[in-house]
Amino acid sequence: MDIKFSAEDVAFRSEVREFFAAEYDGSASTRLGADPTADYKGDIVGWQKKLHAKGWIAPGWPTEYGGTGWTSTQKFIYETERGLAGIPDVVPFGLKMVAPVIYTFGTEEQKARFLPRILNSEDWWCQGYSEPGAGSDLAALSTSADYAGDNYIVNGRKIWTTFAQYADWIFCLVRTSKGIRRQEGISFLLIDMNTPGITVKPIVTIDGKHSLNEVLFEDVAVPTENLIGEQDKGWTYAKALLAHERTGMAEVADSKRMLEGLKQRATAEINGGKPMIEDPVFQMRMSDIEMELMALEYTELRVFASMASGGMPGPESSLLKIKGTEISQAIHELQLQLAANYGGALPGELSSDELGHDFAAEARGKYMYGRAATIYGGSNEVQRNVIAKAVLGL
Amino acid sequence: MNFEFSEEQTMIKDSVSRFVREQYDFDTRRGIIESDDGISREFWSMFAELGWLSVPFAEEYGGFGGTVVDIAVVMEEMGKGIVVEPYSSTVVVFGGLLSASTNSALKEQVIPSIIEGTCLGSFAYMEPQSRYEMSDVSTTATASGKGYTLNGVKTVVANGGTANKFIVSARTSGEQFDPSGVSLFMLDAATPGVEVKAYKMMDGQSAATLTLTDVAVDQSQLLNTVGEGMGLIEQVMPQILIGLSAEALGIMATLNTLTVEYSKTRQQFGAPIGSFQVLQHRMVDTFMGCEQTKSMLYRGLCESKSVAEGETDAVALFKTVHALKATVARYGKIIGEEAIQLHGGIGMTDELNIGHYVKRLMMINTSYGDGDFHQKAFNQLSYSV
Repeated sequence: MDIKFSAEDVAFRSEVREFFAAEYDGSASTRLGADPTADYKGDIVGWQKKLHAKGWIAPGWPTEYGGTGWTSTQKFIYETERGLAGIPDVVPFGLKMVAPVIYTFGTEEQKARFLPRILNSEDWWCQGYSEPGAGSDLAALSTSADYAGDNYIVNGRKIWTTFAQYADWIFCLVRTSKGIRRQEGISFLLIDMNTPGITVKPIVTIDGKHSLNEVLFEDVAVPTENLIGEQDKGWTYAKALLAHERTGMAEVADSKRMLEGLKQRATAEINGGKPMIEDPVFQMRMSDIEMELMALEYTELRVFASMASGGMPGPESSLLKIKGTEISQAIHELQLQLAANYGGALPGELSSDELGHDFAAEARGKYMYGRAATIYGGSNEVQRNVIAKAVLGL
Repeated sequence: MNFEFSEEQTMIKDSVSRFVREQYDFDTRRGIIESDDGISREFWSMFAELGWLSVPFAEEYGGFGGTVVDIAVVMEEMGKGIVVEPYSSTVVVFGGLLSASTNSALKEQVIPSIIEGTCLGSFAYMEPQSRYEMSDVSTTATASGKGYTLNGVKTVVANGGTANKFIVSARTSGEQFDPSGVSLFMLDAATPGVEVKAYKMMDGQSAATLTLTDVAVDQSQLLNTVGEGMGLIEQVMPQILIGLSAEALGIMATLNTLTVEYSKTRQQFGAPIGSFQVLQHRMVDTFMGCEQTKSMLYRGLCESKSVAEGETDAVALFKTVHALKATVARYGKIIGEEAIQLHGGIGMTDELNIGHYVKRLMMINTSYGDGDFHQKAFNQLSYSV
């Protein structure tokens, strides 16, 4: 029963902190912020190139493909420090989602062709999984890929595709044959977004912003060399990827930082002559969240410790996504509550001076977009199904 | 970093666990509760022989020299069997206060008797008006000769009917609510002027009301400097709250296991009720509540260690133990109520063990401050300008 880091790990933590302090200029944090004119793609790619130059862009990858070779403790420290510093995670679609599939199941040619361009952020990837008729029930997907000699001909629609408007490539689950089980007959295809027949249609979300899209495929010819692994076996590869997506979703460090921000704002906001942080009802709401987060921090440490000692994550790991997203949503909710009447003000309509503070628009945006957290990555209801089956044996 | 128990801790855990599984079945427990004493003296002697009563005490007094982690290990396993023998009140609370005492003569005299099983102790702090406020003390200790004269009433004293020694809080100076001026005295139950009225509580454990009328206590029975009892209580409070929370965790885990197992066998509408998604999600929520409680307990254990080793100050630990007790209250209530609900009619019966686990959880909730009390204390430490 001990949470101490070794001297080497403490030294590593200092190195990470110093690097972040020296190199991160804060610009990449503006995606959900109040500035609608920010060049999100330019900012995040700029930051990712700095990480690449440092050799820290892909801690999760095997060293032979460009990983850092860090111990699991070092990876944990890195992620924690990133969250505490308020630095957004790298765009996951290339680095954390398709790359593990490519280096695990891809051919040597595919590895040589795609991995270096993911590492140096030259290619921007997006994920083509969900469809209008296949959300949480992903195996219901119907986008078709018909084998035609050197090509697959792809027809169908993908939806909720984050940042498709920036993407050079999309990795897709497509139906290549009708299996006995719905999970059979699905293939994993890499598709160049510049191929004729692809249309990207923006979807504006309830935060007023555009990060999601619909991607339409009309007789899109995809070279068979872009197939990952075997035809009809794509579900297996996607499942491995989903497991990857679900780890590290507690985002404890990010929530800790947001909670500190909330306390500062609650100290500054005056209600009836008293700071909100002294309001006994608001205090109960804050501590409901803070106590849950203190526990989740140790749940995350428990998962991490069991993995660091070479074991599998225990049953406690399955609740990270559910609790982590519930907590971040609860913090967003209190931020918006603090903004009071000004929470509804749209950016540009009222100045910070007129509002009395500068966080109302950001709080509203985070609250609205934050609703997605319990939907994506396997909705929290699907997560509960998973725990019921895998952990409780129901 | 690791969250594993040491070899010795694992041995104690296994030993208590085996006792609960093999010797403390539900009918045995019921028989003990219905007996005159309400506890089993035989089992208590066995606890002494197995060394469990020596766990947190220093080696110089014949103790095992364990830490709060060892206490948590024992209490969690005791919780799984809702053991009614007064381990918490005698070893964790009474023993904890005594260990923290600065009166070494008293320690030399009493600690060995706890370890050998002859001393059953309890901390008498609550008064008819005081609710959870420890410093609300109107029992008086008036200086007289080489000692003090105690007058007042202490209520719901845990294990009060069987305890042969009490640590009593009494006011030597100050007003009713003053934290300073509270003193702690070791008091033999047989002292003239001590009247003990014992009664059963809903969890099967006994409690008592102590009426103190002109009770003479020698000054050698003071646990620490006169008037500074609250400091000693505060020092031991993390250990008290962690012990109770560990017991609660054992109960919560047991309730969850029993409920999940029941849902797999109980058939309704032609299927096991555990196959219904609406019930599955509720059981997932209680599972998560239990895991979060465990994490908070481990947080308390790790922070206790770093405070003991002088690496961090105590504020973080106090925040954590307040949060721990509030978390136990929150999830204990949900888990207890869901266990009854998912069992349905049978969950309402006295015959089934479920309700008995729930009642002990409810008693733990009100011991040493309920969830709201501790959440308010947490707020005070966390949110000030």
